[in-house]
Amino acid sequence: MTEPTDPAETPIASRSGTPAASDAAGTPSTEPTALVAEEITKSYGGVHALRGVTFKARTGAVNVLVGENGAGKSTLMKILSGAEQPTGGRILLDGEPVEFPTPREALAHGIGIIHQELSLFPNLSVADNIFAGRELHNRAHLTSVAEQRRRARSALARLRQDIDPDTLVGDLPIGSQQLVEIARVLSQNVRILIMDEPTSALSNAEVDVLFEVMDDLREQNVTVIYISHKLEEFRRIGDYVTVLRDGALVAEASMDRTDTAWIVQQMVGRSQDSLFTRSASRTGDVLLAVENLSVPGKPTPLVDDVSFNVKAGEIVGIYGLMGAGRTELMEALIGMRHHTGTIQVDGRRAVDGRVSGRLALGLALVPEDRQRDGLVQALSVRANLLLSTLNTLTRHLLLSPARERRVATGQVKDLRIKVPGVDAQVTQLSGGNQQKVILGRALRTDPKVLLLDEPTRGIDIGAKTEIFRIMSDLADKGLGVLFVSSELAEVMGMSDRILVMARGRITADLPRGEATEEALVNASASTTVMKVSP
Amino acid sequence: MSTSTEPEAKGSAAAEPAAPADRVGSGTRLAMILLQGRTLIVLVALVIMFSLISSDYLTTSNLLLMSKHVSITALLAIGVTFVILTGGIDLSVGSISGLAGMISGGLLYEGLKLPGGDTVWFSTVMVIVIGILIGAAVGAINGLLVTKLKVAPFIATLGVLYAARGLADLRSKGGTFPNLAGTPARHNTGFNVLGGKSWIGVPVAIWIMIVVAALAIIVTTRTPFGRRVYAVGGNERAAELAGIRTSRIKIAVYIISGACAALAGLILTSELGAAYPDTATTYELNAIAAAVLGGTALAGGKGSIIGTLVGAFVIGFLSDGLVLVGVSSFWQLVVKGTVIVLAVVLEQTQERVKTRMTT
Repeated sequence: MTEPTDPAETPIASRSGTPAASDAAGTPSTEPTALVAEEITKSYGGVHALRGVTFKARTGAVNVLVGENGAGKSTLMKILSGAEQPTGGRILLDGEPVEFPTPREALAHGIGIIHQELSLFPNLSVADNIFAGRELHNRAHLTSVAEQRRRARSALARLRQDIDPDTLVGDLPIGSQQLVEIARVLSQNVRILIMDEPTSALSNAEVDVLFEVMDDLREQNVTVIYISHKLEEFRRIGDYVTVLRDGALVAEASMDRTDTAWIVQQMVGRSQDSLFTRSASRTGDVLLAVENLSVPGKPTPLVDDVSFNVKAGEIVGIYGLMGAGRTELMEALIGMRHHTGTIQVDGRRAVDGRVSGRLALGLALVPEDRQRDGLVQALSVRANLLLSTLNTLTRHLLLSPARERRVATGQVKDLRIKVPGVDAQVTQLSGGNQQKVILGRALRTDPKVLLLDEPTRGIDIGAKTEIFRIMSDLADKGLGVLFVSSELAEVMGMSDRILVMARGRITADLPRGEATEEALVNASASTTVMKVSP
Repeated sequence: MSTSTEPEAKGSAAAEPAAPADRVGSGTRLAMILLQGRTLIVLVALVIMFSLISSDYLTTSNLLLMSKHVSITALLAIGVTFVILTGGIDLSVGSISGLAGMISGGLLYEGLKLPGGDTVWFSTVMVIVIGILIGAAVGAINGLLVTKLKVAPFIATLGVLYAARGLADLRSKGGTFPNLAGTPARHNTGFNVLGGKSWIGVPVAIWIMIVVAALAIIVTTRTPFGRRVYAVGGNERAAELAGIRTSRIKIAVYIISGACAALAGLILTSELGAAYPDTATTYELNAIAAAVLGGTALAGGKGSIIGTLVGAFVIGFLSDGLVLVGVSSFWQLVVKGTVIVLAVVLEQTQERVKTRMTT
């Protein structure tokens, strides 16, 4: 079922007779289009988010939309789903012009959207979630619970999911929650399904399930518009790819006529090779030594008796699936989680379990979830940058705004953070620049070992490249860098040494040369592998 | 200017005045300025309105009298603002005022009776210090309940509200300490200075408010502690991860709130010349209202001491104005409630205009 990597098998792809892959906006109109956004413009004040974009979604196909952050993907999707109104242009549904003043109106026309952040109620059951806001009534105007349960079950069955409709959504793993959300949207007779980065929180196994579901949808003639940052993933599932850059459509092609390098080039105007900037530097003494570290959990420890070290000048990558205990390990290292075992930084042993103590010891963490754990959204760029090092900025116990600004401006320049000014609210920045603010805060504590948990999650390729470059520079300066990533290409491209985690344990410790994709994937599932072939 | 959301907001407006101006119409900008200064505008409007109705309103003596009333609300509200900035709430401040008043009043009236039958007397300064320390100690209990036992701030301080009031009653078995004049031999005269005396024509209570407010402004805007208070309220996990000892910060703000409440309680007791256990009952609501009127977000992370001060003045000047023009006390409550809700509605309008300006 899941063989979209060979596009010849998919009927739509084989029908496409477009001669040139990069035939921007000139694809023949022979294929049926369910939805056309015609010459859409959108401006906020004087800022043009979209400049005359004509986007076509082919019927019964997976239409991938890619572009760096700020390219206008989300704005376009908001317009197509009725959440925003275009400044100019029109929307054609099956050739007829339509208007969507509200998301409800778009839904009435069969257009549903699944956002990056799930919009489920964790405290309600699966069935209640699927029918939230449109509960089924019986004659006495009471909710017909049994009917809802039955229909919820069949909606999930359409996705080949055997989830009990009475389960609380909060008790489900995140992948299943995602599928419940899809079931909710699909149960409203949706013909066009927009998915905004649906895989960002999913493990590889969960992504496989999602892609099977998308294959089924394709057979049911549902049109999918799929936004993603993950190159390998959308190459697997997509039939067509449309690339936006700076609010304009730069390329459009059927997927089998493209390759990864071409897509990246269209997105950023340079090739993917420049993404990874790592050339191993000379390693020195052990800076971080971890011995027998465990984080208790139920039913099994979240981190289970882990020992490893990181040397000066070394970038160590931790690869593993979601739930393997990578984030928990990072949080234990920085003192956010209770743990056993010993941690030594540059020969000094960590004694207290507080973050402040670990910072003083020379550890600093850039967390996985920037919004939840990294930023203080109500504060300025300056305040966020300096938050960990306020005590170094006082004179006679008082902070000097002028001095703060000077220090913050220096940091902004060093890391090339794009800001309107250091006093701008931090939420005004793009994801990549917010990430750099948090990185800047960590660097200001003068760490010996920098911990990065999914440092490139949800940021565009340009910002990724810069984060990689900074990591390399830091290692060259003699810092130890320990980073977690779910993307194979990233781990393999950036690490001098790769640790693989599975079920709380380290299952492989491979130098750069020996780390093949196969070895890493096998190690990341090693506990199950060992069970199957003893 | 009165109700800017946080110290940084002013800086950003000054640093890049041109950027938003290009994109937004002057109408929106005017609306923004009016909304930001809304509480101050309301205050000025109140003064103008009442002075038109009554010629007694805008006189030096009346303004001083009203400001003296305001000083109590303001002291409570400044303390409460610290707590609200961290995302907490302190319902116990009225009771802490009452308890501190009773403890200090008792020490002046009958001294500290030791089990052996002896009585220890403290000097006036000592009595005041002890009263404030009592407030700080009760605040510390609030803080420990919230941080160590993880009790929700609303519940923890509600419990302390009852318990502290009960302790105040217990101190005198429900009675009043009628005479706080003290005797020169015991060095405990002069307690009436706090609430009854003036310095260069201005009541001492107002001076105390000015000093406390100035300190609070410096602490919130210019010290690492103040910045951490905002960070804890804005995003506690991020603050923790940035190395901030969030529990310490939270305990500290409840201590500040308790100490401010005790100071207010001492001024009230001194003004009255007698300590009775019901002092400052329900004053916590005025204090929270003043903070909210001044633009402090109950969710934490946003607000300012200056905003709270203006809020306290609006509440005080409104109440006294209504009394002066002879509005019934029942209508006073209705008007007060309306003003508070209206303030929050305006705050949300301001947030919307702000979003429109920045996107």
